Amino acid sequence: MLDVIVIGTGISGSFVARELAKFDLNVMVLEKNNDISNETTMANSAIIHSGYDPVPGTNKAKYNVEGSRMYEQVCKELECEYKRVGSLTVAVDDEQVQTLYELEKRSVINDVPVSILTRDEALAMEPNLADATKAVLLAESAAIIYPWEVAIALMENAMDNGVTLKLNQEVIGIKKLDSGYKVITTNESFEAKLVINCAGVFADKIHNMIAKKTFEITPRRGQYFVLDTTVGNLVNHVIFPCPSTKGKGVLVTPTTHGNLLVGPTSEVIADKNGIQTTMDGLQYVREHANTIVKNIPYHKVIRSFAGLRPSSDLHDFIIEEAKDAKGFIDVAGIESPGLASAPAIAKEVIRLVKSRIELVNKVKFNPNRKAYTTFAHLNLEEKKEIIKKDKMYGQIICRCETVTEGEIVDCIRRNAGATTIKGVKKRVRPGMGRCQGGFCEPLVVEILARELGIDPMEVKYDSVGSNIFVEETKFNQEQIKELKAKGE
Amino acid sequence: MREYDTIIIGGGPAGLAAAVEIYNEGVTDILILERDIQLGGILQQCIHNGFGLHEFKEELTGPEYAQRFIDKVEELKIPYKINTMVLDITKEKEIHIMNSEDGYQILKAKTIVLAMGCRERTAGAISLPGTRPVGIITAGTAQYYLNMKGYLVGKKVFILGSGDIGLIMARRMTLEGATVLGVAEILPYSGGLTRNIVQCLHDFDIPLYLSHTVAKVKGKDRVEGLTLMEVDENRKPIKGTEQEFEVDALLLSVGLIPDNELSESADIDIHRRTNGPIVNEKMETNVEGIFACGNVLHVHDLVDFVSAESRRAGRGVVRYLNGEKTLSKGVETVNGQGVSYVVPQKLHVDQIEGKFAEVFLRTTDVYHDAKIVIKLDGKEIKTFKRPHLAPAEMEHLKINKELIDIDYGQLSVEVVEKEAN
Repeated sequence: MLDVIVIGTGISGSFVARELAKFDLNVMVLEKNNDISNETTMANSAIIHSGYDPVPGTNKAKYNVEGSRMYEQVCKELECEYKRVGSLTVAVDDEQVQTLYELEKRSVINDVPVSILTRDEALAMEPNLADATKAVLLAESAAIIYPWEVAIALMENAMDNGVTLKLNQEVIGIKKLDSGYKVITTNESFEAKLVINCAGVFADKIHNMIAKKTFEITPRRGQYFVLDTTVGNLVNHVIFPCPSTKGKGVLVTPTTHGNLLVGPTSEVIADKNGIQTTMDGLQYVREHANTIVKNIPYHKVIRSFAGLRPSSDLHDFIIEEAKDAKGFIDVAGIESPGLASAPAIAKEVIRLVKSRIELVNKVKFNPNRKAYTTFAHLNLEEKKEIIKKDKMYGQIICRCETVTEGEIVDCIRRNAGATTIKGVKKRVRPGMGRCQGGFCEPLVVEILARELGIDPMEVKYDSVGSNIFVEETKFNQEQIKELKAKGE
Repeated sequence: MREYDTIIIGGGPAGLAAAVEIYNEGVTDILILERDIQLGGILQQCIHNGFGLHEFKEELTGPEYAQRFIDKVEELKIPYKINTMVLDITKEKEIHIMNSEDGYQILKAKTIVLAMGCRERTAGAISLPGTRPVGIITAGTAQYYLNMKGYLVGKKVFILGSGDIGLIMARRMTLEGATVLGVAEILPYSGGLTRNIVQCLHDFDIPLYLSHTVAKVKGKDRVEGLTLMEVDENRKPIKGTEQEFEVDALLLSVGLIPDNELSESADIDIHRRTNGPIVNEKMETNVEGIFACGNVLHVHDLVDFVSAESRRAGRGVVRYLNGEKTLSKGVETVNGQGVSYVVPQKLHVDQIEGKFAEVFLRTTDVYHDAKIVIKLDGKEIKTFKRPHLAPAEMEHLKINKELIDIDYGQLSVEVVEKEAN
């Protein structure tokens, strides 16, 4: 019997898995998708909120403030991007200026330093703020990260320290045992003393498999635009509108890779898989973004996408053991500021685990994980050096993002490595640029086939069933027949 | 640092034609840089015929057309590097390149020819609504998979956009056993050549839906279907016109964009409408000694015109290396009513070879019984009658250079449509 099963590999599940890896435990992580961190963690604003604005006393306030203070250290250990760019919340009328002062009071209770800037001060920092700007609230500790990079690095580090990861294991049932639980998936079943439910928008479904219904998760969809790196410096801070009851609103932010991100919408939808973008939604993003930032060059859009935030009907994070299922711990309703809160949430999970089983520190735990060698970031001498050492770094595969074959092979061969086109794209970015994989995708298909020892027909874009090709041409089929006839 | 007389970036039809011309004009210290595994560029995957009618007076396939130039390059022993990516160009004409064999190198050149071609506009760039499963793919990438690798990306296919590659792929996938359910074009007229509409759609009974767009893509793992809608004159979908199609792939042929990120790194001015460098009659950019030709300059319909344009750039290189000086200030060409762009953007009359100034243009709309009017500083100097003009068909005009009898000023090109009766 395992000690702990973690369900889900988003930012919460990944942080929990890595925290558990610090102890002498037998831990398995189950993921229903064909790659880790493929849902909410894949599609959000990528911001480590400073924590000044959640209502004091809530879980959101507590974990956001704690979590955002922990990020820099974690990112150092895992060699992940972390940029403390600061955030500006923009007031465009007198009522909103009042709101800024309310928020300032809240920041004092939450113990997060902020300051209010005049219009002139703000425009001196960010010349592209909307003309209507009256005042802004500056929170210097807000940061941006590359969310799935962090989640993948956490899982890689957890696996380096002994955690087991199983992909394509959708949990369809949980049975209570004399001690512990039997977790049944579409293909197998596993037994463990404790189960941690980090299932994102499906956390209520998982909870209800073993405990009485106590909360409901409704997806709230957010649609975004990604703009080309050539215009990524339109703003240099995270730019928020004044918050309303609907949430933080449509923001404009640079990303860690120099793109510009604009969004999200906030649409309550019924479908837990409803990640479609819509014409109306994207129009909403355009209109609202323009109220806080001017000159957004929409002709430089390279991608639009939608993600789902798991909003619970309790309107706060749920991090607790189910009352009627000892050893079954929910990490649910982790909507914004969930990304910022995740490291602190994982610490809380460890406290809950500790109340059920004995935790012994793993002597050999290694907190460090090496980043991929990002060729584009090397200086000239380093570039020459690495190509000399490994020819694969001399072969550019993605020219938009300057990604070499060496990086792609590295991300496939590691723990929690890529097995799909999207998996490679998430880890080392070929296809993330302006041509969206038009040039590099065929080359990545070949590398994946070679590295995984599979036929190109078996190479998948993402999920099982998303093979890039549906058929070989008659010419290819003839060739294969000939080879077979020759006995090759 | 080794300094070449000329370095050509891109070994497709533009780069090859420029190289051969430069060599024939007496400059032999040339290096062609190509990122692919072979020379020939995009022509290598264009296995259909229809190439070379102007250039060779015969109909060739893409690879055949390319091979004629590759053979020339081999015969003349013009040096080239394949599998080589150019990472940066500076205005001092330093070129950063790398490949697995030579590693990272910085080369220097007295002249540079930009011949990087273009890339396809993507689903992301047009914010295609719906989910993002596998099977949404640009027509050119699908063509690469099919013609270069031998794989089909779908068996029931719809095509968004009526650019030439989309039309060619409609026929190609049909021949390979796929069913092509239709081609949608958001504009009221096709984005491709008339001959491709006839030979690739009409001959195979593939419907062309003009003033239509894909309003939604459906499917979780793989594309499962799409909603087609008619659009109004503002390109907004009209409610109630929804048609559902069950497909496993959606090919996109929604435009080509000259690939100029490298040009921009060398401080080359890019024209807002062509998305290519601003050039003069010799295809020289604002940076002296850097020339541009082919699809990196503006997107062409026919490779034959690319070859001709690239030879002009090649001669420009040699004249520059020979120290020829431009004496006139230059006449600026501007797009007037009904014209979306004019190339070249600048004409120095004293530098024009032969009797005629040659300009290329595209119109903004479809026109019948129209004339193209050329004005010099507002004064009409020449008109060209055209029974039919369309944005998809590039126009090529020859203007007697004696008509352009000023040192500097504006030469405007506009379309005048005959009054409807």
